[in-house]
Amino acid sequence: MSELMNFAPVVLKNLFSKPVTKNYPAEPAVYPERSRGHIEIDLETCIMCGLCMRSCPSGSIKVDRPNMTWTINRFDCVQCGYCTVVCPKKSLTINPGYQEPGQEKFEASYTKPQPEVKPEVKAEAKPEENK
Amino acid sequence: MGKRSVVPFGPQHPVLPEPIHLDLVIEDEKIIEAIPSIGFVHRGLESLVDKKNYKEMMYIVERTCGICSFMHGMAYCEAVEDVMDVEVPDRGKYLRTIWSELSRMHSHLLWLGLLADGFGFESLFYQCWRLRESVLDVLELTTGGRCIFSVNKIGGVLKDLDDDMIKAILEAVSKVEVELEAIKKTFLFDYSVESRLKGVGVLTKQQAHDLGCAGPFARGSGLKLDMRLRGYDAYKDLDFEPIVSEDGDGYARCYVRTMEIFQSIDLIRQAISKLPKGDIAVDVKGNPNGEAFVRVEQPRGEAVYYVKGNGTLFLDRMRVRTPTFANLPGLVETLKGAQFADVPLLILAIDPCISCTER
Repeated sequence: MSELMNFAPVVLKNLFSKPVTKNYPAEPAVYPERSRGHIEIDLETCIMCGLCMRSCPSGSIKVDRPNMTWTINRFDCVQCGYCTVVCPKKSLTINPGYQEPGQEKFEASYTKPQPEVKPEVKAEAKPEENK
Repeated sequence: MGKRSVVPFGPQHPVLPEPIHLDLVIEDEKIIEAIPSIGFVHRGLESLVDKKNYKEMMYIVERTCGICSFMHGMAYCEAVEDVMDVEVPDRGKYLRTIWSELSRMHSHLLWLGLLADGFGFESLFYQCWRLRESVLDVLELTTGGRCIFSVNKIGGVLKDLDDDMIKAILEAVSKVEVELEAIKKTFLFDYSVESRLKGVGVLTKQQAHDLGCAGPFARGSGLKLDMRLRGYDAYKDLDFEPIVSEDGDGYARCYVRTMEIFQSIDLIRQAISKLPKGDIAVDVKGNPNGEAFVRVEQPRGEAVYYVKGNGTLFLDRMRVRTPTFANLPGLVETLKGAQFADVPLLILAIDPCISCTER
């Protein structure tokens, strides 16, 4: 059942239609809401438990509890989203937008802001203990 | 008898997406024997069970393959769920089925494009990949990833579909159905395509059975072998019949895969129409203790997952048998007696995924 010119309608339609591809980067790429691009952390709610560090399959997250810093190597991250699943406080979210390429890998570090009220409480509490 | 010589084919070759090496013993232009060798992309994924706990392994297993990644993750999860006696909620099973069939669609469209590229039909190649893009877009919309979805977990799935997403899936498959209908004519009835595919690389039903072939490659030779008939996930509730062709040549394999895209579209519609409400996952407590063996139908054929747990967080053993590994003996058989110019097409005909095979 051989036929000739089967592809001609597709070719003709193709010739007189707009390009299928986007004119990137002049026309920016649009990512859907669920797109797994990069991990973001909400340091306000983070308790520095380190579960994300222990469960990261590619080992790209570091949690430094004494210094209260959360570090991610975005070049090693494989955007699997497992850290967002295990996070007990749901401080981690995975959002659209990919890491821009670079010549070498680097880490992004985030330090948890220390609450200013705490030292005052401690200062008051200590003399009481001494008594 | 002419003079015999050995021509090395691969691991680097324009037609090969992944590295496989073949020593082709040729006599004039005719292949007498083909000796395959693999081992260029071995990554040692199976031994990572010692270092990663069974929940993290899901994300490693998914990266076995870039095309059927979802089904690797799904098969692994089902094996672990089998060990732990976990029953996935119905909605979770249906969602897994829908994403499996979308994966099959994009894998087969990719293969059709590569086949067109293999016989030098560049514009047909781009048309197939254009269609594939609409499937990938809907996968990104629903799961967040284009090829690697990361939506499986032990006990179900992580993400649910809302009404807008279901609508988007139905629109995308309808679009693919209409446009593939036009391209299908070229693959199945075009004179120049038929001249490259008909009667090339014939593998009889008996040979396919004896060599243990799997998937569309076996179904192209008349073997009614489809693991979806096992009725895992939602397949037990869906109505379908494996697509089989008796010819056993390149055309038959192309026919089987083309028609399977339409079958997938039908299965997605059936699954969406029957999609139950309820939970998508259950919580899993404890560690796997015991062993399980799971067979699933991937786009390329039957994949086998073996998992053995010892009651700790880390599995004792995980073993993967991928469809390409099963199809390599069949490939060597089809190459015998073939023309040298047909070698790239014949290698493509099994849809080789060497990264899967070597893990």
